[in-house]
Amino acid sequence: MEHPLAQLTLVRFLEFIREPEALFWVFIFPILLAAGLGIAFRNRPADVLRIATVTPQLAQSLRQEKLLDVAELPAAAAEEALRTGKVALLALPGAAGGVVYRYDSTNPEGRTARMLADRAVQRAAGRVDPVASTDQLMLEPGSRYIDFLIPGLLGMNLMGSAIWGMGYAIVDARRKKLMKRLVATPMPRHYYLLSFLLSRLLLLVVEVGVLLGFGALVFGVPLRGSLPDLVLLCVLGSLSFSALGLLIASRARTIEAASGLMNTVMMPLWIVSGVFFSAQRFPEFAQPVIKALPLTAAIDALRMNMLQGASLAQLTPQMGVLAGWLIVCFGLALKLFRWR
Amino acid sequence: MTAAAPGAALQVRNLRKAYKDVLAVDGLELEVQAGECFGLLGPNGAGKTTTMEICEGLVSADFGEVEMLGMRWDSDAAQLRHRLGVQLQDTQLGEKLTVLETVRLFRSFYRAGPTPAEVIALVQLDEKRRSRVGNLSGGQKQRLAMACALVGDPDFLFLDEPTTGLDPQARRQLWDLIEEFKASGRTILLTTHYMDEAERLCDRIAIMDHGKVIALGTPRELIASIGVEHVVEFSAGSAAKPLDISALRQIECVRQVRCENGSVQMQVTELHRAVPALLDELSRQDVPLTELRTHSASLEDVFVTLTGRHLRDE
Repeated sequence: MEHPLAQLTLVRFLEFIREPEALFWVFIFPILLAAGLGIAFRNRPADVLRIATVTPQLAQSLRQEKLLDVAELPAAAAEEALRTGKVALLALPGAAGGVVYRYDSTNPEGRTARMLADRAVQRAAGRVDPVASTDQLMLEPGSRYIDFLIPGLLGMNLMGSAIWGMGYAIVDARRKKLMKRLVATPMPRHYYLLSFLLSRLLLLVVEVGVLLGFGALVFGVPLRGSLPDLVLLCVLGSLSFSALGLLIASRARTIEAASGLMNTVMMPLWIVSGVFFSAQRFPEFAQPVIKALPLTAAIDALRMNMLQGASLAQLTPQMGVLAGWLIVCFGLALKLFRWR
Repeated sequence: MTAAAPGAALQVRNLRKAYKDVLAVDGLELEVQAGECFGLLGPNGAGKTTTMEICEGLVSADFGEVEMLGMRWDSDAAQLRHRLGVQLQDTQLGEKLTVLETVRLFRSFYRAGPTPAEVIALVQLDEKRRSRVGNLSGGQKQRLAMACALVGDPDFLFLDEPTTGLDPQARRQLWDLIEEFKASGRTILLTTHYMDEAERLCDRIAIMDHGKVIALGTPRELIASIGVEHVVEFSAGSAAKPLDISALRQIECVRQVRCENGSVQMQVTELHRAVPALLDELSRQDVPLTELRTHSASLEDVFVTLTGRHLRDE
């Protein structure tokens, strides 16, 4: 007959994938969040400068320059636009086919517009640059906001799915007296707890794969560290958070009590542990405490691995923090766990 | 302490269990013979479930001894669990799992027993084996709970209110199942607050109240012990013309008269003499009869006689 641990893990897994809401929160939500934030905080191209002119010929010449937004206005309206700062520069036809630029030389935008406008006018008139030049733009992966964000979301996701996954399933089984029923069978009790950790690790493969795959394919987020190291970090992080979830769920009898506890634990971590912005922004005196939190350790380690290619040896402090939480929470949970 | 009698599958001696300020079980003594179906009958809060859970090894007693199948919970728990089948009061099995997945899970915990398919066939859920538990009816859920209890081929089966809340047809289906298990010579301890269930299934019954056994015997013996064979229930009189109850007590072969919500209950020994006498008395008082029912004395009447309360009273 099948092994009880295999059966318990299978059942855990089936119950999870048959819960559409859970699938949404674990797989879809992080991607939506990453996509939304990635788009909102994308590195924008250099700003386009607005300028004005009064003749169609000048306007046509100036429009060759992509960094200029050229408005062709009647003379009075053009003067008004320059005076009120709606445009950075006004190009007027001058004597003998020349051009007059009117702008404020103390305004950097005005000076830039002057250079761009003059280049466009000269080129339109047939000037050929004696030296050929090309541009190389610096939008290097690894230093953008999305690169900072993906490891943060990964850490947040590891924590959320472990704590919610453990918490709800355990409290629900206790509330429905299913746990009591299982305890009345010869099922070894540690198999029951172990099955939660195993099904967590099974789901972890999918969860981490989806988020990292999305980040790498859509935003080109780098994976500079070793991949086995990254997997190990995810497993260690997930186990620590699962132990925390187990501790939270060890006595609660109702879903309400459990979710209150879960939110109390997770909310501060989301804020201080550097998911969306660097944890270094918090005052110096709080840093030792923040660094000792499991989510901070997990996210720091993930970022160092992915963005700086740090080795496991360099991540010893973070791994130590995670292992500490794992041991303490699991030990306490075993002592406190209510089997009825 | 004496050793268990050779035929005893379960012996409970001087069992005590208190929850905070409530004494749930108060010096309980029980002996269940191997191969019998033993019923614990009593109202809610009588201590039936606590007694069951102590015997199932789910709750530890404050005081007293439990010996099951010649073993004890403190020394032989692992062995014992393999030989017990348990159905708890209102356990909700995983709604997202199918019948087959659920039975297979429970089967994996036991060393020996029938295959999941065999157990599912036994409880007649073949057609539902691929259905999710959440889509089963109440009766089907109870039969699935029964399948989970039988999957380890137990020698001793605990059933805690197996048919509470079910419709009559679903109850009969479960009774058939329980009788089948009984016919194979194994032991059952059952709680219920349905007297018809206890009368039909149980070889012997202990009536419990306030954590104690207040009567013990076969259903026949218990009913005979109150010395009445029939119960007459009737309504008569009105606010303007009330009935004089005390006169009824003078009628020959009437044992006890109780008045409740405007209807009167009389326990009688001989129905054919009591009813005409009752009618005579009513016409003498000039009180019209509005309702009249009789039934053979049941375990309910035993309970009422012993405690002055009904089984279903909260």
